[in-house]
Amino acid sequence: MKKKIKIKLNGKLKAINNNSTLFNIVQKNKIPLTKVAIELNQEIVDKKKIKSINLKNNDKIEIVHFIGGG
Amino acid sequence: MKTDKFIISNKNFSSRLIVGTGKYKSMQECAKAIKLSGAEIVTVAVRRVNITDKKRPLLMDYIDPKKITYLPNTAGCFNSKEALRTLRLAREIGGWKLVKLEVLGDKKNLFPEMIETLKSTEILTKEGFKVMVYCNDDPLMAKRLENAGACAIMPLAAPIGSGLGIINDINIKIIRKQTKLPLIIDAGLGQASDAAIAMELGCDGVLVNTAIAKAKKPFQMALAFKNAVIAGRQSYLSGRIKKTLYGNPSSPKSGII
Repeated sequence: MKKKIKIKLNGKLKAINNNSTLFNIVQKNKIPLTKVAIELNQEIVDKKKIKSINLKNNDKIEIVHFIGGG
Repeated sequence: MKTDKFIISNKNFSSRLIVGTGKYKSMQECAKAIKLSGAEIVTVAVRRVNITDKKRPLLMDYIDPKKITYLPNTAGCFNSKEALRTLRLAREIGGWKLVKLEVLGDKKNLFPEMIETLKSTEILTKEGFKVMVYCNDDPLMAKRLENAGACAIMPLAAPIGSGLGIINDINIKIIRKQTKLPLIIDAGLGQASDAAIAMELGCDGVLVNTAIAKAKKPFQMALAFKNAVIAGRQSYLSGRIKKTLYGNPSSPKSGII
């Protein structure tokens, strides 16, 4: 069995494989990349580079998009 | 009639009505109301993607950002740090540089926290953002925002969502006289005539959300606001008559039988 690490995705704790990239998370959650912005540990991530970003234990990912607002 | 341009950050718009996209019953209702309002700019909020419900509709699927200018806001931010973080993320979504800065100071009255707002305006402007700033109706603070690089001054009419209309028209007039920046009334309007009054005071535009979204008939209200903004602007440009204390007959006094 693959070793797991714990990350927080949009405030929710998730256990993922320890060799996961940010791209794996985006793909798994069916995130439409052109319509979101991504932060990793409060740093904005270049969406073009997510395939080469390996996730570590306790990483905090925020994926945001636009919703209705005034 | 001379062309009456509404220019924000070097971009020309034909509608002077900006509408919010919050508080609607559905995305469909929101999209239809926007269409009827004729608005070319809409405010949007930045929030977490719903990871658990992947089928939840996306705003961009209903309101095309290629056709309508998205104006990302910082609603829900209570300090400069949160506002900067939000707008940097908004820019990252698709290159948005024109933004609405709104830093609130109090959860009850939702008044803007002007010290944090001013600080954020300075930083964002230096980072290349074009900042439309939600602010209180204080002419001195409006001047400071202008000096800090704001691209539009957006004083409140009254507290957000209150529907009270313009409470302090004198201050709005003073701000109008002192600035050449676009002056847009943001927040507190309750009905279409409030928008007409704002325009007659010389404002360049109005920003409306709750008054349309929460009206019993949002589509009809969207149309009403559209027409009120046009009427108010034309009235302002037409030059109103002087007010007099006594009557002045409309028909000739001579030739009376």
